[in-house]
Amino acid sequence: MKLARDTWLIFQRQIQLLLRNPVWVFVGVFQPVMYLLLFAPLLKPALNAPTQAAAYKIFVPGLLVLLAIFGGLFQGFGLIAELRAGVIERSRVTPVSRLALLLGRSLRDVISLIAQAVIITLLALLFDLRVFIGYLLLAYLMLALIALMTSAVSYGVALKVKSEDALAPLMNTVAQPVLLLSGILLPLTFAPGWLQGVAKWNPFSWAVDGTRALFAGDLSNDRVWQGLSIIAVLAVAGVVWAARQFARSVR
Amino acid sequence: MIETRGLRKSFRSRAGRETKTVDAVRGVNLEVAEGEIFGFLGPNGAGKTTTLRMLATLIEPDGGEATIAGADLRKDPAGVRRRIGYVPQGGSTWDESTAREELVLQARLYGIGKAEAHRRATRALDAFQLSEYADRKCKTYSGGQRRRVEIALGIIHEPKIVFLDEPTTGLDPQSRAHMWDEIRRLRAEGMTVFITTHYLDEADALCDRIAIMDHGEVVAEGTPAELKREISGEVVLVGLDAAATPRAAELLDTEAYVTKLETADEGGLRLYVDEGATAIPQVLRRLDGDGLDLRSIELHRPSLDDVFLTKTGRSLRES
Repeated sequence: MKLARDTWLIFQRQIQLLLRNPVWVFVGVFQPVMYLLLFAPLLKPALNAPTQAAAYKIFVPGLLVLLAIFGGLFQGFGLIAELRAGVIERSRVTPVSRLALLLGRSLRDVISLIAQAVIITLLALLFDLRVFIGYLLLAYLMLALIALMTSAVSYGVALKVKSEDALAPLMNTVAQPVLLLSGILLPLTFAPGWLQGVAKWNPFSWAVDGTRALFAGDLSNDRVWQGLSIIAVLAVAGVVWAARQFARSVR
Repeated sequence: MIETRGLRKSFRSRAGRETKTVDAVRGVNLEVAEGEIFGFLGPNGAGKTTTLRMLATLIEPDGGEATIAGADLRKDPAGVRRRIGYVPQGGSTWDESTAREELVLQARLYGIGKAEAHRRATRALDAFQLSEYADRKCKTYSGGQRRRVEIALGIIHEPKIVFLDEPTTGLDPQSRAHMWDEIRRLRAEGMTVFITTHYLDEADALCDRIAIMDHGEVVAEGTPAELKREISGEVVLVGLDAAATPRAAELLDTEAYVTKLETADEGGLRLYVDEGATAIPQVLRRLDGDGLDLRSIELHRPSLDDVFLTKTGRSLRES
């Protein structure tokens, strides 16, 4: 009860500040739209897809997972600014739930990610992408869990390193192999055996496969529940770890 | 109101391969009474902020105990949090928020309901003369205005004790005077105020009692007047020609009100007396009666810096 109230308070404040500066919507949508317009047309011949729509069915879910990973991983920057302004310290002397300090922020990230995802999906509809709404909602659940995990981890790391200069290279170093090993841009079915073997250890590759299966309308594909479960477990672990960082000394 | 016994904290810092342990606070014992302004005076790095952050539950002590407004710091940090307010040194407001939003949020984080939080925010804005700017973003405020918002944030839940870390650092003289008035107002409302400062005049003028801290230890504690009295009484500097000095020393050495007499390096005499104001006319009469030519006379009252100098062997202005 207290957790829910505190989380809502933090979330409300964060959303209010976000809406006060709506440039993020433009920035957040601009890049993926560029991928959609300038990169996706290459995919039909490259993937040997029968139609443009089929190519989008493979590419759009990957793009959305990419957004969820990156959108989350770089949220730590905002927290470092708050840390510097003393806002976190001010919250920590109140009896507010430490978990709420994290969840309120991560929830904002999840909501803003879903908003982006909806815009991208709507645009993709113009390119003849068709997805059953129930499967789409499941795919959004996957995205929400990914964003929850990556943003929590990013906050936790931000509280540990406390400096933008350290956070940027750290997050880039983590994000790049994760990105390449998840088959986001091109499916890993084209990859040589050893690469596929390595990718199996990347949880995001399971998430991407699951999301693609959902977009393809293949709910019975094991990757759907496997991806969802793996990401859900990791999200819980990430949240627990990051909330502990909020409870610890921050300076 | 606050009682600490042997509060300790050390930090580990790594330089290259070596790990060094820095004892930031080494066994602090304090007693702060209800309704007083208690000052923590010391140079930067003396351990003032670390002690304050321990008392405010922001860092865990390595050892020792503390009771704050009846709550045990180690066993009941949540209880301590409800009873105290804390205003950090480096600010606590967000550029893009308004003072009113910050105040309402802070009140609500303390568990206060929405309507009551708005009432309190309005009241605090009035009390700190911020109503005019209440709905502008914090980044548009002056340093003094912003500091007042931060103090208002620290007491929005009406705590029994408020900790202010260097409340006037970086303010211009006028805002500083204003801030002192605000702090006295808090005391008048019955709050216990615990401030840290490295300004001697601030400790002297504002605080009811002070503790002088150096290298993580409290080296002296008392009212500013007590501390000053304790060290030396007052000093009368008598300016004389070098030729006249020995004779003057001879004459004054026998006077009952002179507790100690020294020849000053720059010529002339230093007389240690209990009360300079009554000693000066007597000195004048004595020397005048003997026909000695007096060049100047000066009364030097000990400052807190002299106290600091006596206790630590160096001046606070230099450290």
